[in-house]
Amino acid sequence: MSEPLMVLHYNVDGSDFTVAGEASGAVKKVLKQLGVGAEVIRKVAIAMYECEINMVIHAHGGSIDVEIRPESVRMIHKDVGPGIPDVEKAMQAGFSTASQQVRELGFGAGMGLPNMKKYTDEMKITTELGKGTIVDMTVYIK
Amino acid sequence: MKLREIKEILNATVLTGEDELDREVIAACGSDLMSDVLAFVKDQAMLLTGLVNGQVIRTAEMMDIHAVIFIRGKKPSDEIVDLAESRDIVIMETELPMYIACGMLYSAGLTGGSSKK
Repeated sequence: MSEPLMVLHYNVDGSDFTVAGEASGAVKKVLKQLGVGAEVIRKVAIAMYECEINMVIHAHGGSIDVEIRPESVRMIHKDVGPGIPDVEKAMQAGFSTASQQVRELGFGAGMGLPNMKKYTDEMKITTELGKGTIVDMTVYIK
Repeated sequence: MKLREIKEILNATVLTGEDELDREVIAACGSDLMSDVLAFVKDQAMLLTGLVNGQVIRTAEMMDIHAVIFIRGKKPSDEIVDLAESRDIVIMETELPMYIACGMLYSAGLTGGSSKK
């Protein structure tokens, strides 16, 4: 793996649902300025946005590190939330533990993790109950 | 179909993006569930929704959706309109309910929808 061309860091505020998506929007803009292809940008934006939403609704926020290389975009999402008890189950389309409040906001349909998987080339979830979760995703630039 | 035609068909009011009505839309999606929009919507699409919050605009931003129509007379707040304006997204509102609004656009030839890709 080559050295990153650019490294970006964002803090995700877990108390304010209205700002969820700020980091994803910012990364989208940076990739566009770098001249990365539209399809890659779209994949990165959707995967990162889903993850950012998850961090806010399930895990009281956290941080995101983005590494941009000529061949890939890697996004590392870290939170200190409750952890995921059953990752396999959480990966199933339609499975959700989101509250009614979150559902009323248009999310919590159980599509977040399956969507991240669908739009990325590599995805690794490291989670520990009561400690937090790391979602590490990479999209290749072909 | 141009946004200008869509505005006429739905008898909609433009809240931001009045000068962008010559934009072409080739598909539309009617949904109150942003998770589904993120999962299934394809390119150059427009979103019709009865959900009114800032995440509708952010979802549109991520999906490269350049126009959002709020149905059933739902009024977005100034913050939502400002967010859309800053993201270059056209917003309209119509009194029509979802089923009727989608049906009218479909009948008028806007038949592209979501994909399973």
